[in-house]
Parts: sequence; structure tokens; C-alpha cells
Amino acid sequence: MRKPTKAVRTGQYVALALYLIFLGFPLLWLLSISLKTPRELASINPHLIPHHFQWSNYSDAFDAQGLLRSAGNSTIVALGSMVLTIVVAFPAAYALGRFKTRLRPIATGWILVSQLFPVILIVIPLFMILRSIHLLNSLFGLVLVYLVWTLPFALWMLRGYVAALPRDLEEAAAVDGAGRLRTLVSIVLPLLRPGLVATAMFAFISAWNEFFFALVLLKNDNVRTLPLTLAHFVGAEGQVSLGPLAAGSVMATVPSLLVFAVLQRRLTSGLLAGAVKG
Amino acid sequence: MTTTVVEPQLDSPPRPVRRRRGRSTGSRDAWLLTLPALIPVLVLSVIPLAQGVYYGFTDKRAGLGIATHVTGLENFRKLWHNHLFLESFRIGLIWAVSVTLIQFVLGLGLALLLNEDLRLRWLARTLALIPWAMPPVIVAIMWRLLLDPTVGPVNQSLKDLHISDTGINWLGDFHTALPAVIMVGVWVGMPQTTIALLAGLQGIPADLHEAAAVDGAGAWRRFFSVTLPQLRPIIFAITSLDFIWNFNSFGLVYVLTAGGPGGKTMLPMLFAYNEAFRYGQFGYASAMGDVMVLLVVIFLGLYLRAGLRKADA
Repeated sequence: MRKPTKAVRTGQYVALALYLIFLGFPLLWLLSISLKTPRELASINPHLIPHHFQWSNYSDAFDAQGLLRSAGNSTIVALGSMVLTIVVAFPAAYALGRFKTRLRPIATGWILVSQLFPVILIVIPLFMILRSIHLLNSLFGLVLVYLVWTLPFALWMLRGYVAALPRDLEEAAAVDGAGRLRTLVSIVLPLLRPGLVATAMFAFISAWNEFFFALVLLKNDNVRTLPLTLAHFVGAEGQVSLGPLAAGSVMATVPSLLVFAVLQRRLTSGLLAGAVKG
Repeated sequence: MTTTVVEPQLDSPPRPVRRRRGRSTGSRDAWLLTLPALIPVLVLSVIPLAQGVYYGFTDKRAGLGIATHVTGLENFRKLWHNHLFLESFRIGLIWAVSVTLIQFVLGLGLALLLNEDLRLRWLARTLALIPWAMPPVIVAIMWRLLLDPTVGPVNQSLKDLHISDTGINWLGDFHTALPAVIMVGVWVGMPQTTIALLAGLQGIPADLHEAAAVDGAGAWRRFFSVTLPQLRPIIFAITSLDFIWNFNSFGLVYVLTAGGPGGKTMLPMLFAYNEAFRYGQFGYASAMGDVMVLLVVIFLGLYLRAGLRKADA
């Protein structure tokens, strides 16, 4: 194909620069605030690059009420729903990817339908169910909710990986007399590792970032997750100064960003894989 | 347990494999394997959803031990006369349609750039993905800091450029609150839209472009007669999904403005949340949810039908 003219190339770089500013500047600003002194923060002439880099905002954020405990809660909830999602999704995704049963159209239909409904419709009955079995204000209750909430997409993703596995090994194992469960654990599980890792990370990020269910289902301070506590800081009651707030926000972003960095390639390809295999 | 399996060679994206005739011997196994997923989904998702839809037709209240009565369409009649609710619906539609549209235009522009052989492409790609990984609450906090009327950099730049000397209270002013919130919504949703469109662009066979170029079509012409028609299915899919997600979104605006000032950014989800968990009106809030589903379904139905009809022509 012909090479673009110089004018076109220049235009493209200008556009790219504008995108970089729009997407990147907010992140840089958050970082910058987290490193500024209170005096510099109060200046009405703010600069992107702090005069004196200082890390005390980060230690202040740790001392701020409940932030450390919330980070612990978030970690428990995210790891819990990650493990549970994998344990439950692995056999189901295998069944959906391998067998032609009536389950498959039902599952696909449900995945689509569940996208359509606003969470308000589901959260009210959930609130009452969890209240009746004393799992309100409980991290375990929240993990159960996140499991169900993450499952549709996790299944969708994992099924694509299952469908891409060659059947020969499983058939060979069956010929050798291995039962279904044995085949699943010692043949399929190791082969499916990339897909399982991707699904696990997806479940982790979803739970780590989630806000709405946590807002409704957790009312006590001691079980709050990170998004709840940080949202509380900027609400009417929250009088946390800007520096520690920004520092806390940066710290709350880092775990999911790290996981995402590893995941992103697989997530996009997993999405497509799930989409192509009808 | 010893695993004597050959090293998995499947680190790259899954590739389609040849299909064999499925045997129905495993039907019972399939059910058994699915059961651990099926039970929680039924108990904590399907049944609650059905209940939620049903509550819309009752006068369910939050407290324990309050009797619930079926009231038929009473909630919907009340909603029809509740102008605050109708207003929140109008705001919700403006929000969802504008965010979806702007996301699409900006996402397509970025995808086209990322599809070119430009320097710094990796940086743009990375930055475009970050909002996806961030908790929405953090995104909202970050933009509150940016749009802060006194110490925020956005107002500072306006002052430096002498566009506005007094500064604008972006999230607190009646006129600017909704547009400001929409801009943040666009920022958040860029990743999914851009990546989907980029995947679509990379799937267009290069010879289509070459053939058009040989026929003398310029860049614009090729864009409109090759790129856009080829992207069509992806465009419809991603804009539909974006619309649903945006219409049903909650956390971002809840932390940005909580629906204020004066209800100017009161999205339907925020309205329903307040009704349910501030005033305890479970039945009434569920009725709002029912109306939201209905509206989304009608809207998508019209949109997709228009798309199909045009594809036939």
C-alpha cells in the first residue's frame, strides 16, 4: 500500500498526542498529588511536577482510619472469589465446551440476558436472602455474590479455551480406561492452565474493583472493602486531605493494574475466542 | 498425582480445531459437571432476578415483618406521574446515548491510529487499557481532583488561557455537571470500545483495501466503502453493549456527584438506589428496575432492527 503523505502523518501524530494527553494526564495528576506536600496542594497555581517529592502521604494513608483493614478485606474478597470462581467454572466450562446438550444455548442465553438487567432488580432480593441467612455484613456473603456475578463471563471465556483443546488426548485416556474425573484432572487441567490463569485474574479484578454490591451488602466499618472506604472519604462525612486520598487511590489501583498487565493480552484474545466459537 | 502430559503448547490465543461428531453418552456427565455452577447461579441470580421483577408489582418494604401486598400496576401508575423519576429517565437516556456515541467516535479514531505504523503506539495502547483495570470509584476520585474548582488543573489551564477568570465548578454547576460527568464516562469506557474496534480493523483483509486503492479510491473513500461496512457487525455489537452498560451504570456517578447538583446527574440507577436503600421502598424501586429493562429492550430492538434492515438493502 502507498505510504501516507507527510501532512497525513503529521495529522496522525497530532491526534495521537491529543489522545495520549486525554488518557494519560489524569493518571499523572493523581500520581503527582499523591507526592505533594500539603502546602503545595493548597496552592492555587498547581504544577504537574511536585517541587519536593515526598512519600509521607502514603504512610499517612496507611494510618487513615480503616484503610489498611479495608485493603485486607478487599484482598480476602478478591482472592476468595477468584478461587471459588475457578473451582466452579472449570468443570462447567469443560462440559459446555465439550458436550452438545441443551445446557449450552441456555447458558449462552443467560449470559446475554443477565447483561440486560439493572443490578437494582437483583440486589433487593439478594439483600433479603443474605439477611435471612445472616450473611449481610459478611465477607463470605459478598464472595458468594461475586462468584455468581463473575461466572457468566468466566464461563464464556473458559469455554473458548476448552473448545480449542485437541480431543485426542482425552480419547486416548478414555481408551486407557481413565474415568471422566481422572481425565479431567490429569489431562485437561494442565492443558487448560493458560485459560484458567486468565479467568482467575479476571475474577480477581472484578471483585477487587466492585462497588455496588459491596455498598448495599456491607454496612459495618470493619468489613468495608477498599472502594467503599475511599468513596466514604470523599462523601459528606469524609474529611481526609487530598494527599493521602490520592495516595490511597494509587495504592488501591496498583494490584488490579499489575494483574491486568499480565492478563490483558489473554483477556482480549479470550474474549474473541469465546465469541468465535458458537 | 503425577502429570505425565506433554508440555502445553497453548499459550497463544486458542485456534479452532476440527470438530468430531459429538456423542450423547456424556449428557449426564455434562449435567453433573455443570451442577456446581448451576446451583449458585440459580439460587443467587436467576431466582432473585425473577423475584426482583415480581416485586415491582407489590408494595414490598425494607423492614422485617411488614406484610407485602400485590398491587398490580399501581407502582407503574405512580411512576408515570412522578416527574422526578421521568426526569431521571431523560437524564439517563442523554447520558447513555452521548457517552456511547462519543466513546464510539473517539474509540474508532484511536483504533484507526493504533492500526497505523506510528511511534509511541505501544504507549497509547497501554494508556487506553488502564481505565479498564481501575476501580470505578478511584476513577471518580481522580476526576474530582482534576475538576476541583480551586486547586484543579483543568480550571487552572482555563485561567492561564484566559478563557475563564473565575473558574468553573464543573461538578457543582447546573449547566456543566452533566457534560462533565459524560466526559468522565467516556474516559472510563474507552478501553473496551477501542479494543473491540481495533480487533475488527485487524480482521479486515488487506487485499480489500488494495483492490479499492487500485480502483483509484482515496483514503476517505476507502474508509467509507471498505472499512465501515466491514466493521459493521462489531460496531453494532459494541455500541449495543456500551449502551446497556452505560444506562445501568452506578458507581462512577455516585462518587462523582451522587446525582447532584439538584438532581442534574440523577441517573435512573441512582434514583432507584435511593428509593430502595434510603427510603426502604423495595417494591417501588423494583418497578423502576422493570421500567429500565423494558426501555433498554425496546431501544436495542429498534436499534438492531434498523441495523439489520440497512444490511439487507
